[in-house]
Amino acid sequence: MHPMPIEIDIAHVARLARLELSDEELDSYKTQLGVILEHAARVQSLQGEPHVEAAHPLGLVNAFREDISRPSLDRDEVLAGAPSHLDGFFVVPPVLEIE
Amino acid sequence: MIASSVSEAGQLLRSGATTALALLEEALDIASRTEAQLHAFLTIDGDGAREAASQADADLADGIDRGPLHGIPVALKDNLCTRGLETTAASQMLAGYIPPYDATVVARLRSGGAVIVGKTNLDEFAMGSSTENSAYGTTYNPWDLSRVPGGSSGGSAATVAAGSSLLSFGSDTGGSIRQPAALCGVVGMKPTYGTVSRYGLIAFASSLDQIGPFARTVEDSALALSSIWGHDPLDSTSYSGPYPNPTTALDRGVDGLRVGVVTELSGEGFEPAVEAATSDMVARLEKSGVEVSEVSLPTFDIALSAYYLIAPAEASSNLARFDGIRYGLRVEGSTTEELMARTRAEGFGPEVTRRILLGTYSLSAGYYDAFYGQAQRVRAAIQEDFARAYSHVDVLVSPTSPTVAFEAGARVTDPLAMYLSDICNIPANMAGHPAISVPVGLDDAGLPIGFQVMAPALGEEIMYQVAAEVERLAGFSLAPPSQGAAS
Amino acid sequence: MSWEPVIGIEVHVELMTASKMFCGCAVDFGGAPNTRVCPTCLGLPGALPVPNRAAIESIMAIGLALGCSVSERSVFHRKNYFYADLPKNYQISQFDVPVCSDGHLDIEVDGATRRIGIERAHMEEDTGKSTHLGSGGRIQAAEGTLLDFNRSGVPLVEIVSRPDIRSATEARVYAQELRAVVAELGVSDVRLEEGSIRFDANVSIRPQGGEVYGTKVEVKNMNSFRSLERAVDHEIRRQVELAESGGLVVQETRHWDEEAGVTHSLRVKEGSSDYRYFTEPDLVPMVMSPEWVAQVGDRLPELPAARRARYRSQGLEPGAAGALSNLDDRLRSIYDEAVELGAPPRTVANWLTGEVVGWLRKSETTPSRLRLGAADLAELVSMVGEGAVSSSAAKDVLDGVLSGEGSPREVAERRDLIQVRDTGALEAVVEQVLAANPKAVVELRAGEDKVLGFLVGQVMKATQGKADPIAVNQMIRDRVSG
Repeated sequence: MHPMPIEIDIAHVARLARLELSDEELDSYKTQLGVILEHAARVQSLQGEPHVEAAHPLGLVNAFREDISRPSLDRDEVLAGAPSHLDGFFVVPPVLEIE
Repeated sequence: MIASSVSEAGQLLRSGATTALALLEEALDIASRTEAQLHAFLTIDGDGAREAASQADADLADGIDRGPLHGIPVALKDNLCTRGLETTAASQMLAGYIPPYDATVVARLRSGGAVIVGKTNLDEFAMGSSTENSAYGTTYNPWDLSRVPGGSSGGSAATVAAGSSLLSFGSDTGGSIRQPAALCGVVGMKPTYGTVSRYGLIAFASSLDQIGPFARTVEDSALALSSIWGHDPLDSTSYSGPYPNPTTALDRGVDGLRVGVVTELSGEGFEPAVEAATSDMVARLEKSGVEVSEVSLPTFDIALSAYYLIAPAEASSNLARFDGIRYGLRVEGSTTEELMARTRAEGFGPEVTRRILLGTYSLSAGYYDAFYGQAQRVRAAIQEDFARAYSHVDVLVSPTSPTVAFEAGARVTDPLAMYLSDICNIPANMAGHPAISVPVGLDDAGLPIGFQVMAPALGEEIMYQVAAEVERLAGFSLAPPSQGAAS
Repeated sequence: MSWEPVIGIEVHVELMTASKMFCGCAVDFGGAPNTRVCPTCLGLPGALPVPNRAAIESIMAIGLALGCSVSERSVFHRKNYFYADLPKNYQISQFDVPVCSDGHLDIEVDGATRRIGIERAHMEEDTGKSTHLGSGGRIQAAEGTLLDFNRSGVPLVEIVSRPDIRSATEARVYAQELRAVVAELGVSDVRLEEGSIRFDANVSIRPQGGEVYGTKVEVKNMNSFRSLERAVDHEIRRQVELAESGGLVVQETRHWDEEAGVTHSLRVKEGSSDYRYFTEPDLVPMVMSPEWVAQVGDRLPELPAARRARYRSQGLEPGAAGALSNLDDRLRSIYDEAVELGAPPRTVANWLTGEVVGWLRKSETTPSRLRLGAADLAELVSMVGEGAVSSSAAKDVLDGVLSGEGSPREVAERRDLIQVRDTGALEAVVEQVLAANPKAVVELRAGEDKVLGFLVGQVMKATQGKADPIAVNQMIRDRVSG
């Protein structure tokens, strides 16, 4: 299997990652990612392995919690580190996008 | 120093020959004389530590013995959440952040009577192999102040080497405990994935991260591990079955054990002194009665590539929560979207930004199968390679790091060269297996060399058994020049 | 050209477990902001999720009730997107191996049964709540946003139908039926106004008889069944108009504006739907053994469709069966017991869905506090049947029973409502009434039947409702024509 040519739409990736980077930074990261991905593309040399999910090395399954409610944090502690809060709410500027 | 190890300190404490407070004051004193050059700590909590030490002394006087770490001064990598004590992960993003809770490991250390001296430096969010990626300045190697201590847990390695704590804890995602332990001449160990709770460890790559100890001796390392591991209901990946006993086999010797030397972890890129020290130790082990064989694990050649897809992918998601809304840094913007994007661009350093971009890319539509998906297949193949190897050997050995400590600044502009520092360590993370680095000697420049012992999942008992023999055979004496100058 | 709408519905159900999906914070609405939060549901550095067993059993129950198969092995994924009220900026959800898949829900529309396929039901966590300031309903104009994370991490089940729905009415009925099923299971309080059950619709159109699906539009923000129906109806019309005027439907998300009765497009940035799903490394796989699935299955209550079928088999009309099925389980058990005691099912159902429900509404009483045993209702029905009380008097009797005055017979006697069966006495009253209303008698003779009711009423009044109205009716007719 030949390594696929690596195309990187770095502006798109930065947008997905919510990083506001300058054009110079984007260019520089694009170059660096290219070098790393070229090396990383060596994973494509492995053949014939079936798809696997990332399983726990000890094979753990069914780690559940019983449905019991426990005390929450004190609100003063919740808001202690908040850059901006009002009447118990965290505050942010207008949200443009809608999920 | 009052005591050269945790076990010795424990005896002195219980015989009344010393106190927890005295051990702490000595650690603080060493720190006060070495920190200006080493910068192992980000925070030293003198007041909190004195209070804990006094309590430890009072408890012992009242006949309350909390176990092997009772009264022992310990240091914590600054990505372990400590209630009421600043925790930054060495990032601008978390400058001034005070967690409202203790990591499970921290809670266990406190209830085990350990005295928390402070928080140690690391590569930002544990991403790096030199501790040069800290937003708060580099940590230097106690053996040579122009060199790096390794990373990412460089501060935790340096403090134990320097004596400003008797024991410390770090996290190992792709060698972040073992590689700095090797470069600083101390014992560093990564436990089986799932045996030490990750609750309260600021996540880098959740499927790979594991907390472990730095110690001056193999026995101390085993004692420290027994104090922190065990099932934690707050961590879904925590193992709830029977645990091995890390200390039972320390004195058993190695006669009749089967040791495999990993073919792929030698040759190009490995310093001659490192290779010589490794083969010398293998020869000595053979004289001690082990059956040595060469073992090839072909997937190790692509393990690093897979790691640099999987770890950044998980990191890109784990670090998404740092957005300037609920805690940490905020850079204002006219919309929430702008605020988030500016905060993240400002708050993350270049290495973290690089890995977030890398991880985002490898998970994104159109690239997932070729990169992240394929890396997961490689991971499964690595596990199969290990399984085949362990069907005919008990442990695998290799150098811990291909090189000794390198000059500060030497690799910062070449990410790939930096990533190669962890080539020997990554397979154990990819498989979730335990591995330990034991110092075995110095190179011609007087820099420590580490020897790695890997074992199958939950193979800590045999891993420590071999590590203890390696320690005896090496006769390595922990005395970095900076510590000599300090004492 | 005639067009066929193709509709799929996505339903989000908030479970009413005691604690959240991945942490111990209480699931409790209406608390002061940010008082039901902890490191995990606030996304603090280092915090980890541990799944709630009861939530997993709830989704298994929902899946089984919808005829889904429960996966033997299921895993959580991370759905990555940045949003202010999503604390980790990823949602723990499921991707290719949901807990439940391949089920169906039968709905009845215009007397016909339609089977709507269920593609999947998966487990996820809810987000926090955003309050957009100065918005006036339009999010784009907001000047700031307040964030409350009390809802963050509440267990959420997403149920995705197949695109089998063909009209706005079917969409509404499907939603109502699904809500009834979930309500029956007791796993959610399914309140639309409070958002504990939420419906989104995927709407597309294609030429009638076509095979290929058209471009689908997701419609959101419907908070009642009526608005769901209106929104889907509007969206179908919009797409048909667009198609017929030569326009193209674009794939997008549209917001339903209840007041204006229209949908409008939401601004969504390019690329924001690349969710970069990957297996959640903080959680281990779930294995649902056949024994576990069977245990959950054994605890399932009788579901609405089965119940309606049973009522139908007892002789109830479809409408009555549906109305009875929708009643509170206390009222339904009165029905079951009364029928068991031999009372005629239709009559019992009529009393419960009519008079009893009306009385409850009027007196603002909950069914659990109702003072009506099945034996009381059976007795009342039988008294009417044997003519001991008239059907109008029976309503008074019921009122007395419900007010705690005793059994129907005791009430009827105490209130003097036992029907007058003495024909002689009744005839005397009829004579008096006819004599007192000569004009009405003339009109009745002239064929104006509507005055008959008036005269019967006068007799009933004079006998304080104790007369049998049918007998009175006959007597008046006999007298007037005689």
